[in-house]
Amino acid sequence: MSAAKLVQGYEVVIGFETHAQLSTQSKIFSRAPTAFGAEPNTQACAVDLALPGTLPVMNLGAVERAIELGLALGSRIAERSIFARKNYFYPDLPKGYQISQFEIPVVQGGEVSFMLGDEKKTVRLVRAHLEEDAGKSLHEDSSLGGGGQTGIDLNRAGTPLLEIVTEPDMRSSDEAVAYAKKLHEIVTWIGICDGNMQEGSFRCDANVSVRKPGAALGTRREIKNLNSFKFMQQAIDYEVRWQIEEIEEGREIQQATVLFNPDTGETRAMRSKEDAADYRYFPDPDLPPLVIGRDWVERVRSEMVELPWVMAARFCADYGLPEYDAATLTQSMAMAAYFEATAKACGQPKLASNWIMGEVSRRLNSGELAFEQLPVSSTQLAALIGRIADGTISNNAAKQVFDALWSEGGEVDATIEAKGLRQMNDSSALEAIIDEVLAANAKNVEEYKAGNAKAFNALVGMAMKASKGKANPAQVNELLKKKLD
Amino acid sequence: MDELHNLSVAELAALLKSKKVSAVEVATRFLARLGGNPHNAFLDINSEVTLAQARESDAKLAAGTAGPLEGVPIAHKDVFVTKDFVTTAGSKILTGYRSPFDATVVARLRQAGMVTLGKLNCDEFAMGSANENSAYGAVNNPWNKAHVPGGSSGGSAAAVAARLTPAATGTDTGGSIRQPAAFCGITGIKPTYGRASRYGMVAYASSLDQAGPMARSAEDCALLLSAMCGSDLDRDSTSLDVAAEDFSAGLGDKLKGLRVGVPKEFFGEGLASDVRRAIDAAFAQLQAQGATLVPIALPRTELSIPVYYIIAPAEASSNLSRFDGVKFGHRAADFADLTDMYKKTRAEGFGQEVKRRIMTGAYVLSHGYYDAYYLQAQKIRRMIADDFQSAFTQCDVIAGPVAPTTAWKLGDKSDDPVASYLADIFTLPASLAGLPCMSLPVGLGEGGMPVGLQLIGNYLQEAKLLNVAHQYQLATDHQQQPGAAA
Repeated sequence: MSAAKLVQGYEVVIGFETHAQLSTQSKIFSRAPTAFGAEPNTQACAVDLALPGTLPVMNLGAVERAIELGLALGSRIAERSIFARKNYFYPDLPKGYQISQFEIPVVQGGEVSFMLGDEKKTVRLVRAHLEEDAGKSLHEDSSLGGGGQTGIDLNRAGTPLLEIVTEPDMRSSDEAVAYAKKLHEIVTWIGICDGNMQEGSFRCDANVSVRKPGAALGTRREIKNLNSFKFMQQAIDYEVRWQIEEIEEGREIQQATVLFNPDTGETRAMRSKEDAADYRYFPDPDLPPLVIGRDWVERVRSEMVELPWVMAARFCADYGLPEYDAATLTQSMAMAAYFEATAKACGQPKLASNWIMGEVSRRLNSGELAFEQLPVSSTQLAALIGRIADGTISNNAAKQVFDALWSEGGEVDATIEAKGLRQMNDSSALEAIIDEVLAANAKNVEEYKAGNAKAFNALVGMAMKASKGKANPAQVNELLKKKLD
Repeated sequence: MDELHNLSVAELAALLKSKKVSAVEVATRFLARLGGNPHNAFLDINSEVTLAQARESDAKLAAGTAGPLEGVPIAHKDVFVTKDFVTTAGSKILTGYRSPFDATVVARLRQAGMVTLGKLNCDEFAMGSANENSAYGAVNNPWNKAHVPGGSSGGSAAAVAARLTPAATGTDTGGSIRQPAAFCGITGIKPTYGRASRYGMVAYASSLDQAGPMARSAEDCALLLSAMCGSDLDRDSTSLDVAAEDFSAGLGDKLKGLRVGVPKEFFGEGLASDVRRAIDAAFAQLQAQGATLVPIALPRTELSIPVYYIIAPAEASSNLSRFDGVKFGHRAADFADLTDMYKKTRAEGFGQEVKRRIMTGAYVLSHGYYDAYYLQAQKIRRMIADDFQSAFTQCDVIAGPVAPTTAWKLGDKSDDPVASYLADIFTLPASLAGLPCMSLPVGLGEGGMPVGLQLIGNYLQEAKLLNVAHQYQLATDHQQQPGAAA
């Protein structure tokens, strides 16, 4: 274990609370749809509006997604968890309380592991609990001609959330971002959350404090609603610098909730602890305890997709891939599936891995495309790799074919023929070329015979050039040696 | 033939089925009796809606597709939301509120064929024991207009007693069906918690609220309860997963061998002598019919008062947060900012007792007090339920007074909330335990005011309670009628 990275002699301590919006069709306690972007208040039913006489009914799909996360992260799934009411007044909170879980959450413990550079890191989870989202307040700006009124959109009210809370285990903004990325990867991999950060489907709150090494935990400030990895890093870095500066100047840190402003790159307190509300939590009498039997958990487990680290281990075992390759290929389910389909079709897993981590990823990155948008099918890549393996084309020629498939489409063999990229495996034709090269370059031949190895490489290059790149380099090597030695 | 308004639910249903009278005729007859709103029992009447429903019922009767109670009128306590009538829950904060849907109980009764006469007065958000906490005025007791009808289902009890409706719905959180039934000399039952759906009941205390019927006999209550109850898990998660039951089917059992538990705590100093005399006479009658009395103990009866007045306000303080002036209901006309809007809206919209309970509830849930009050109350609540279970090892039903006194005079306790809380002592224990319990009239006390006998049964034993009450009513002239309505 390496010593924690210090910033100006201070150790940074970070804990996370992440709100993952669960990918259910309907809301957590009502049957209204959860789709994003509809006209205001068109996706809110009587229950979401908290009309008199309405009652919540648990969406079991949300519970199943919580169980899936718990299983993925090695958590305990509580056999009996309790919904509680968090009471506060706000216009976009229609009931005047939020239904959440307080004392007994559904998911308890567990951990998230990830690589930070070459180092394996593990962040422990405290819990993950189910709760409902609030609506949105839309403030008219009177300076822009609005009436200064506030509109309420309750479409989001009642959307299911899983709040995932860590121990304060992270020691740098890099580690915090790596954790958030890993968690994002897991929730999207197992399909419980669409991970869309712009739409607010995955929002992080970071609790940040600093201390001298060995000292007790410092007072923390909570940065709310970080909705991009870039802002997350900027916000934490700013917050750490600010806290250190405060302490160095002899001021005490006050516990507070802060917001990050991407325009200024600063964090600013929105409320201090003195304003902290007493939420008067108590068990919601409208909802009986959530009971999850072993059989339910086992059923969910049996229906779950293969987890990324399980899949990576299998790639190592079944395809003989190095760990690095397996870990890289399982960063997204689309990439892993693409690899596996390609490897199976061509029977050359390492070549497939090299191509996907190399050429395919490079082209995707340069076009800022997702794996799902890849224009070359796994069948075609497999065919291409097959042509490299059977000696039909060289690696360089394969790249040209790949470029053509990417931009123009078409079939592998047809493209090879159309571009005349077939490797020259006919040794008599090659011999003729080599004889010509040797005759025209007597000086190189002499130098080689005098012991200059470089002269040999030059001859290979000239032979390849004379074949217009179609010669098999290994064969050229072999024939040259035979003729010269 | 008796006047239509003197007929029971069972008699009206039979008469309608035989087509000797039409649903429109019945509805018209009852609507005529509502003119001038006797006893201030009704909060909303809409004869067009009522007659339209009656016409529908007549069509079904003619087509042979009638429900079991087709064409029989009923009125609903104003805590049940209704599409076709205003729902205020007795509060100014919901003045003019119209729900886009009917409460499950309302819908089920309509499904059974019942025609809605209107909405009935009650204590604001069902908080009260005298119906004096209604924002729309007190209700008079038909036996003596100077007295309260009890509460919170005071409008329901008065309307049934005065023959303004043959049946009414009520809700019981800590006695709100039983006590007004007792005070007005009618029969009412609160089923096991979870039997009747709470969907569409304006919530007061969610873990206690339960709907039930109020009528003039156990036989009628059995018919009504059969129509009201049934699982509603798609809308109410606390609904019991038990099938609907025909509570009329078990009304023929004789009382021979019935063990009636008599809790000594219900017969202490606080019990008025006239109530005691009437209860003793009822016990003698039950014994004469073959029942035996078994002395039992419910040692935490007194504790049920503080326990109830912690838990119910705690839940209420949260349930009533939605009345904030933002989405529906009253909103203050002038306000400086959001907080000011909340404060003024709620200060104007809620009455004294509601505010008192919201404050009590917020206090017992607040940081530093939660363990000492709310959590402690929940522990004792479980002990109270356990006490009943040990009592039921010795008896089949428990019987005792509904209230320590008969209906008091209007205004007598309105300035003394604690005195009125204390009067709930005999109804609270069964509410806290979630047990089925009922009230049936057993004679008159001083000043000719009715006395109610309370019967408490074990979980899901409504049929047993109704049978005991029915057997008693078959053997006695229980259908006393207030002189005022005669």
